[in-house]
Amino acid sequence: MSFLPRLGPPLTIALLTIPVFAGLIGTILPAFGYLPALGGNHFSKLPFIMLFNEPGIWRSALLSLATGLAASFIALMIVMLFLAAASAKTLSRISAILSPLLSVPHAAAAFGLAFLIAPTGMIARMISPELTGWQTPPDILIVNDALGLTLTAGLIAKELPFLLLIALAALPQIPVRQSRQISASLGYGRVMGFIITVWPRLYSQLRLGVFAVIAFSTSVVDVAMILGPQTPATLSVRLVGWMNDPDLSMRFVAAAGALMQLGVTMIAFIIWLGLEQTGAKLRTNLAAQGLRLPHDKALRGVGIGAMLFPAIALFGGLITLAIWSVSGLWQFPDAVPSSLTLTGWYGALPRLTAPLMTTLQLGITASLIAAVLAILCLMREDETRLSRKFLQRHSLAIIYLPLLVPQAAFLFGLQFLFISLQIDGMFLSLLAAHLVFVTPYVFLSLSDPWRVMDRRYLSVAATLGKTPWQCFFTVRGPMLLKAVLSAIALGFAVSAAQYLATVLVGAGRLTTITTEAVALSSGGNRRVIGIYAFVQMLLPTIAFAFAAFIPAYLWRNRRGLSGH
Amino acid sequence: MNVGLTLKNIRIALYGQELVAIDTHIASGEILTVMGPSGSGKSSLFAFLAGFLDPVFQASGNVLVDGVDVTKNPAHQRQLGLLFQDPLLFPHMDVAGNLTFALPAEIKGKAPRRERIEAALIEAGLEGFGSRDPYTLSGGQKARVALMRTLLSEPKALLLDEPFSKLDTELRGQMRELVFGTAKRMKLPVVLVTHDEADATAAGGAIIRLPL
Repeated sequence: MSFLPRLGPPLTIALLTIPVFAGLIGTILPAFGYLPALGGNHFSKLPFIMLFNEPGIWRSALLSLATGLAASFIALMIVMLFLAAASAKTLSRISAILSPLLSVPHAAAAFGLAFLIAPTGMIARMISPELTGWQTPPDILIVNDALGLTLTAGLIAKELPFLLLIALAALPQIPVRQSRQISASLGYGRVMGFIITVWPRLYSQLRLGVFAVIAFSTSVVDVAMILGPQTPATLSVRLVGWMNDPDLSMRFVAAAGALMQLGVTMIAFIIWLGLEQTGAKLRTNLAAQGLRLPHDKALRGVGIGAMLFPAIALFGGLITLAIWSVSGLWQFPDAVPSSLTLTGWYGALPRLTAPLMTTLQLGITASLIAAVLAILCLMREDETRLSRKFLQRHSLAIIYLPLLVPQAAFLFGLQFLFISLQIDGMFLSLLAAHLVFVTPYVFLSLSDPWRVMDRRYLSVAATLGKTPWQCFFTVRGPMLLKAVLSAIALGFAVSAAQYLATVLVGAGRLTTITTEAVALSSGGNRRVIGIYAFVQMLLPTIAFAFAAFIPAYLWRNRRGLSGH
Repeated sequence: MNVGLTLKNIRIALYGQELVAIDTHIASGEILTVMGPSGSGKSSLFAFLAGFLDPVFQASGNVLVDGVDVTKNPAHQRQLGLLFQDPLLFPHMDVAGNLTFALPAEIKGKAPRRERIEAALIEAGLEGFGSRDPYTLSGGQKARVALMRTLLSEPKALLLDEPFSKLDTELRGQMRELVFGTAKRMKLPVVLVTHDEADATAAGGAIIRLPL
């Protein structure tokens, strides 16, 4: 149609791939000793020798691998069981409860869980001293346990809503009801029938998303800092420690460690591919034996309970956070604080302002730019109107790229690059780093509603003499207003939740609510943590509220748009 | 010469297999009915004429509107009016908004534009419906608004894609009379794509049958 949409795909691809590949190279060079800015003028194996001499390095790597894989596996199994068990009504109810949890930043969710299950946490307080007899908190390590069980639980709770929502987006493309009816008429129980007839097709659509979850879970930094083990910590947490070490030579070790992190995630992928094979074989065998599990009521209960429980835990944790932010004296084992006060807020507000402004500026610009790019790409897709399936499949892989590479592996290199160009700690550099993560989510969120819109509306508008741009602004844009605003809100939430990118590229000069909150985690002041985590979850909630309210207000008298 | 719609040597093929081969002229006020089962290529003919044929099809030939070749023009510069089996009223605009949207920009001034809309509403038997939400209209009312919207854009020809197939029997007869009558009165050439024999009979013009 015109010049701009042509720019969409190349711009987006450049924006997503250049930082990833440049960052990877920027990590590989110092990992082998080459970083002239820090005196590394020739290649050597020294960084790796130093890395492998770090105490407990293999245990750290194993922790990252095990917690990440276990969390991804359990979360996916829960989603499978839940979808198999739930009726359409339960499905829509529970997904309505879970979707707001998707936008809660990881760090805030982790704090919520910590505040709930710690020995001094809400649950212990609720049952003490009546059931436990505890007058002082028990001396056991729940949060930061050495095996990473709490970390795994936290990751499961946070990945469930994501996996469920991408599954719900894919389900309408599969004839679920007919499959269920056929398998039921053949005597299969609800769960077994679903696993044999629907799940394989659904899983093939979820696959990229699942790999993104594995990459994230095996390399997560903020959640692991808050919930994970500390002696030793997971690999990702130790990497960031080396990156921030006053001894600059540790940067070489950090780069080598980032490559090790890449290896850990790759191994996790390979193990997962094996699991996929095993799972498929198992399913084929079960189907061949005709195992029907006709009485699966208990299994169905497990599926629904396992999905609901983490959601309740997260909500409970977030409420606990909110109470802590306004609590006065709150002694163990009291279930409620003895007084409420805004003193904490008064104290924190002056220090909150600067990070809050940065969070807002970054989130708003990044999500708007990502939305424009996504719209241009989708316009170009319409324009070329090549075989849609082909385009979809191939554009998807590139869109997912930044989500499939462990963040540390390319963000370290990107930071080295920015430092040597002397553009670290600048707003535009940080914006570019955020866009790498924001754009995929905005595109994925917008592309489905965009592609399913009835194209004949646009044909009508065109034959009424409207140019493609007029069609966009008068027909497609308004009709998709809700989807566009939701995508922008999601982009804002993703930006606001970024930890590693902000810490590294922000270089301490630009901080956001998330980096401040995580920095506070070691201090252990619950009131201040409660305030920061509360603001953290408030921001995306406000964004989504706008995204829901604006179309609802504009189209309040238009039932064709507000009815569903 | 050549007032009307000329379909000059049009051939549409998919993966090397020819679906459509048409060479004809539709004079003002005449109706050409194109019939065929689904998959016969009548929808691709419709898309080719209107200007949004998917590039996977190979198409050749020319579309001439009153002797002017519009084959190379994009859809919004062909001055062809479309009606689909669904009314496709824009859900975010009220009824008057849908109609104003179609009115050419050459008609200037708030008052003259509003007068045209009011006149169209009266003609459709929908006086006072301007501020209504299209969602609240009955099926027949929606169909009449859709027709008025198409006519207000001052097209040089009409393209109809099974426009009556979703209406119930009684309404179908009324809409046929209204659409065909209006086209004759306004001296518009019409291409009607359908699989309903009754449509073809009511149209009363030439019929082209596409084989499967």
